[in-house]
Amino acid sequence: MKFSKKILFLLLSTSILFFISCTKINDSEKTIKFWAMGAEAEYVTKLVPEFERLNPGIKVKVQQIPWTAAQEKLVTAFASDNTPDACQLGNTWVPQFAALNAIVPLDEYIKSSTQINQEKYFSGIWETNVIDNRVFGIPWYVDTRIMFYRKDVFEKAGYKNPPKNWTELYDLCKKIKSFYPNEEKYAIYLPTNEFASFIIFGMQAGSSILKNENTRGNFSGKEFTEAFKFLTDFHKQNLAPIGISQVTNVYQAFAEEYFSIYISGPWNIPEFKKWMTGNLADKWMTAPMPGFANEYPGVSLAGGSSLVIFKDSEHKKEVWKFFEYLSQKSTQIEFYKLLNNLPAVKQAWDDPILKNDPYMQAFYMQFNNVRATPKIPEWEQIAFSKVQQYAELAARNVMTVDEALKNLDKDVDRILEKRRWLVEQNKKQEAEH
Amino acid sequence: MRFKSSINAAYIFLAPALSAIFIFFFVPVIAAFIMSFTDFDIYALGNLSTVRFVGLDNYIKLFDDPLFYTALKNTFYFVILAGPLSIAVSLGAALLLNSKLVKYKAIFRLSYFIPVVTTLVAVAIVWRFIYHPKFGIINYLLSLVGIAQVDWLGDTATAMPAIVLMSVWKSFGYNMIIFIAGLQNIPEDLYEAASIEGATGWQKFKSITIPMLAPTTIFISLITMIGYFQLFAEPYIMTQGGPLNSTLSIVQYMYQEGFKWWNMGYSASIAFVFFFIILLGTIIQLKIQKSTE
Repeated sequence: MKFSKKILFLLLSTSILFFISCTKINDSEKTIKFWAMGAEAEYVTKLVPEFERLNPGIKVKVQQIPWTAAQEKLVTAFASDNTPDACQLGNTWVPQFAALNAIVPLDEYIKSSTQINQEKYFSGIWETNVIDNRVFGIPWYVDTRIMFYRKDVFEKAGYKNPPKNWTELYDLCKKIKSFYPNEEKYAIYLPTNEFASFIIFGMQAGSSILKNENTRGNFSGKEFTEAFKFLTDFHKQNLAPIGISQVTNVYQAFAEEYFSIYISGPWNIPEFKKWMTGNLADKWMTAPMPGFANEYPGVSLAGGSSLVIFKDSEHKKEVWKFFEYLSQKSTQIEFYKLLNNLPAVKQAWDDPILKNDPYMQAFYMQFNNVRATPKIPEWEQIAFSKVQQYAELAARNVMTVDEALKNLDKDVDRILEKRRWLVEQNKKQEAEH
Repeated sequence: MRFKSSINAAYIFLAPALSAIFIFFFVPVIAAFIMSFTDFDIYALGNLSTVRFVGLDNYIKLFDDPLFYTALKNTFYFVILAGPLSIAVSLGAALLLNSKLVKYKAIFRLSYFIPVVTTLVAVAIVWRFIYHPKFGIINYLLSLVGIAQVDWLGDTATAMPAIVLMSVWKSFGYNMIIFIAGLQNIPEDLYEAASIEGATGWQKFKSITIPMLAPTTIFISLITMIGYFQLFAEPYIMTQGGPLNSTLSIVQYMYQEGFKWWNMGYSASIAFVFFFIILLGTIIQLKIQKSTE
């Protein structure tokens, strides 16, 4: 009895193993594993059937990963050799995954493609995907930061057109603030937990942000100091609220005139439409960023998501076909209709749905003057932890601007220590050859 | 001979559990310990040859890192404020619920215990509304007695106490249940004898309840301390460590360095320093309690 039980157990376990090894996927059909984040994943699945119809033999399996955990998930997948064939990457993440050696350069594919080439894209956006002269990603959809403003308040302050430069912006904010001498209301919202404005104004003033081949911080340089002083002055002069928790709902605050200018991205448009209703519906507008001196629009951030192919993918050609499909003008417009994600392909902007949308004009203008943040894997840490930390310290007057920026540079140099070492190693190797 | 073979049998039975502990606990801990002496980071994930053995550099850097001290200070502040408060509140609640005067005990016990089983993330989001400077109920109640708006989570002075309050509310129910069990274990005749001798309520509490609850209290204070040291989700959701890092806890700092910025080596060194701090805290606590016994 005992013996037969043993045999039964052995039989069972071997048969389980046998069946597991038998369930190999049918090879005649190629399945692309594509990871997308949040809502993008939900809506890109609606574009997939058409692609599969046009390309028999290729199936696309979309997996949704939440934005908040996307980076951790992707890096963990890479560390455990479980990467998908392709995925969507926020374009500031491209340098990280290129440094990881997880994604492949796409130059060869681009060279032989009739569909995808650099001229079809906004140059600033395309540039975010280029690392050491190699293209690692294809822009999928784009975003940037512009001004959302209250038309009625601007007009009351005597500004028929939005401010074109820093002086006008400051003057306008002073005027707006003067409407509310005894009320807790402000002109502009510049939250210190959003690094974007600080970097944008720094770039406008001509700062390179980092220096020495991106191995040292350049925040205490003359240009960035000027921008930083300019921005923190809004807080110190009470033109912008300092605390960030008063504003739990930006849109509601905007509707209540708590502030009249907000620098942010296209994802806000549906929300503003939802909150600015009734007689407020026509009281808001978008405008490109004011410039430092004569430049208009002033430079802004090149944001958005890119499409990348992972090194371990066995279906790179098929993935490229899928990318070409996603980059067609018609697919780009379709995707915009589904999700309001702005098309990366310039031609798509000729479509009436974008051309006739008054809120979109500012974005189109702005996309022609956008610039990438430093393309190094450490950038996110610098921006999210360090720039925000010192912006807050300076805005709250805990440190002077010069002190804050000097300390910021010190911290940044520390973060970049490894990078300095790697750059030196590379130079040594090149010298030896 | 029989004895020996039974030991062997015991090892065989233990083997699965032991190997699981070895693979999933000791190996990662040892790996992390080794990692804490390297500069393992995102470059190393891509290309292992860029890992440099840096000796004690991570630890030296750590002891020179103002943010580490901020996180350490915040964590201690939290533990020192929330620990005793939580124990006092749960003891109070347990005493009330154990009293013969209270009716519908089950309902109270249940409602005090609900926060413990509610998801921390959901609770933290709700409390963010409660603390809202403009629309929050706390500020509304304060405004009724003429106290001006307080920006609870946005002010460096009030952010941590606000988190303490929320954490105590969230967790006191668990300790309360253990205290109730402890209280019910105290023989009734001790109180009866004391009553016959003419002891007041306070004397009974001081001389019977507290000493008889000592083992329970030791257990609770240890568990609470260790749990509170690992403060993470509350500030992660409510303040992200702000304003001005005034609610940044050690675990959160470790998470940030490790899984957000991929400085695994540095993050591992934080973990080990923190491990020794908790170990030290536990030893001290046990020593104190032993000496008072």
